[in-house]
Amino acid sequence: MTATPAAALLRVRDLKTYFVTEHGRGTARAVDEVSFDLYPGETLGIVGESGCGKTVTSLSILRLVPEPPGHILPGSLIEFEGRNLLALAPPELRSIRGNQIAMIFQEPMTSLNPVFTVGDQIAEAAIIHQRLSRRAARARAIEMLKLVGIPDPEQRVDDYPHQMSGGMRQRVMIAMALICHPKVLIADEPTTALDVTIQAQILELLDRLQHELGMAVLLITHDLGVVAGHTDRVVVMYAGRVVETASTTELFEHPTHPYTEGLLAAVPRVDTPRSRLHAIPGQVPAATAWPTGCRFHPRCPYAWEKCVAQEPPLLDAGGGEGEGGRHTARCWLVTEPERRQAKR
Amino acid sequence: MTAPPAPPPVAAPLVDVRDLVKHYAAERRWFGLGRPRPPVRAVDGVSFTIPSGRTLGLVGESGSGKTTVGRTMLRLQEATGGRVLFEGRDVFALDSRALRALRRRMQIVFQDPYSSLNPRMTVQETLREPLEIHGLAGTVAALLDEVGLDAVFAKRYPHELSGGQRQRVGIARALSVEPQFIVCDEPVSALDVSVQAQVLNLLADLQARRRLTYLFIAHDLAVVRHIADDVAVMYLGKIVERAPAAEIYALPRHPYTRALLSAVPEPDPKAKKNRIVLSGDVPSPAMPPPGCPFHPRCPHPLKSARCRTEVPPLREVPAGSGHLAACHYAEQPMK
Repeated sequence: MTATPAAALLRVRDLKTYFVTEHGRGTARAVDEVSFDLYPGETLGIVGESGCGKTVTSLSILRLVPEPPGHILPGSLIEFEGRNLLALAPPELRSIRGNQIAMIFQEPMTSLNPVFTVGDQIAEAAIIHQRLSRRAARARAIEMLKLVGIPDPEQRVDDYPHQMSGGMRQRVMIAMALICHPKVLIADEPTTALDVTIQAQILELLDRLQHELGMAVLLITHDLGVVAGHTDRVVVMYAGRVVETASTTELFEHPTHPYTEGLLAAVPRVDTPRSRLHAIPGQVPAATAWPTGCRFHPRCPYAWEKCVAQEPPLLDAGGGEGEGGRHTARCWLVTEPERRQAKR
Repeated sequence: MTAPPAPPPVAAPLVDVRDLVKHYAAERRWFGLGRPRPPVRAVDGVSFTIPSGRTLGLVGESGSGKTTVGRTMLRLQEATGGRVLFEGRDVFALDSRALRALRRRMQIVFQDPYSSLNPRMTVQETLREPLEIHGLAGTVAALLDEVGLDAVFAKRYPHELSGGQRQRVGIARALSVEPQFIVCDEPVSALDVSVQAQVLNLLADLQARRRLTYLFIAHDLAVVRHIADDVAVMYLGKIVERAPAAEIYALPRHPYTRALLSAVPEPDPKAKKNRIVLSGDVPSPAMPPPGCPFHPRCPHPLKSARCRTEVPPLREVPAGSGHLAACHYAEQPMK
């Protein structure tokens, strides 16, 4: 660990979250020894495709994984300001959840309660965590609605969720999450359900609020375009593992893991003319039966015997930019770069 | 792969849509006793043609009416007005027998491969049904091979397949009746990036091999760029811009197209682009704004009183270019 642990706001070490599958026939190793740090004021992106474990990672941080069927294995560590969240009693955990670490989800319609006004839902956290009176909390809710750019906040505070558009509901979710001025905001695919023009509004809003409130953001997304424009560092996940970490500019300039490389090449772009896209063959394997050795080897164009037999650790890929910006990749190519050249 | 040869000029387009309209009657308030409310103008006078063997990308955000265009063309929903000509025949004038025959030539691939396949039928049963109904010589094995699925998948049920595999089955089902024209309604938007690329490449290969004509409906301008020859952009039930793909991406003449393009997140941290973030939401298609439907959100610096009162027609700018835009200021597009 070259990163200075004292500086990290949130430290995740060797997180393992497993699920018992429906008929008790197997164990899905959804998140398997995931480690990363989140520093104050930065945006860290966690990127990967469905089934890579990125959402389970984010749910594990606030212990929102349903148990059973899920469980976080002993030996996992999630440390927030020096306290292991996994060891906290429920009341202590509640004092952090929604207060110092807040979360917004992908689907704003299903995350809001349809029978309460948005004002009541925004104010709830302030009443519970900051012991504000109803009147004061309502005033704070109106202030928050204004902050997230909802027009006529004095009127809209009494709206029910169904009276709002998808973009407005996501703004309400953000207002709910930020009312207690959390130090960490976990945003799980916050714009995936929205149209592109609304997505641009919400991402711009998140950038502005982060700047104004100085919080750290953990941005979970499948969209490399969102990662490129809105994060400082990136963790790439595949098959329950972290496969690459780097600063955002470094990752896009020198993608090292063949999965990252393939993913970048597969993204259709508006600035390149019509052409054949690069596709990664096959699909993500099942979490109950990850492949042996490197979990990406069945889809990897460079794989050789060693990749089938032995899983690589996260290796130093060079090109880091000092602390926190270390570039690592879970790939044997780092030790034998000539094999990459040979394939090209 | 060699580049596909430029399609030869054709006299008549395969598909000719003229002034297509679809209104949904709004329910009356007070259990049907109240005053009638204005209808939802889902599609409000849409016209385009698609030459044989080409792909038109139809782009828009939710509620723009793009899906309704595709469905009314195949008469999965009845249109309120307008005409659709397929090989010169009026699709809306056909009786049910003629329509069934025509459905062999026009097919659709749906967005959601999870809900568009019968969960109680194996892949083999799903694919064999249309072959038997239409008395075709094709085989399930050949269809699976064509869409890149191993023969073992014939015995599987939809829930045993991944999203990408299901979408391949959806494509195989559309191909089974040997159509000339396929409406692809957001065929890759539910798929992961790596699988999305596989399916887009497959659609391009099939088009080259079978000389298919596509209407490719999508919300993602980047995806459309990789498949379409021409692009039409919809907003509130109307086409606001239509042009050859290379044209529209290089020089969008409608400010909405310009804003849509700038909103696409580029996978490049160094891309410093002139991002236009539109304010506000899309208005209700039951009460579109007067004048230009885009005027309340329009960021164009020349926006004037004229935009609030006068509906801009879809016109060719410059004349003879084949580039159509519905903006009073299309000659001075936003940078």
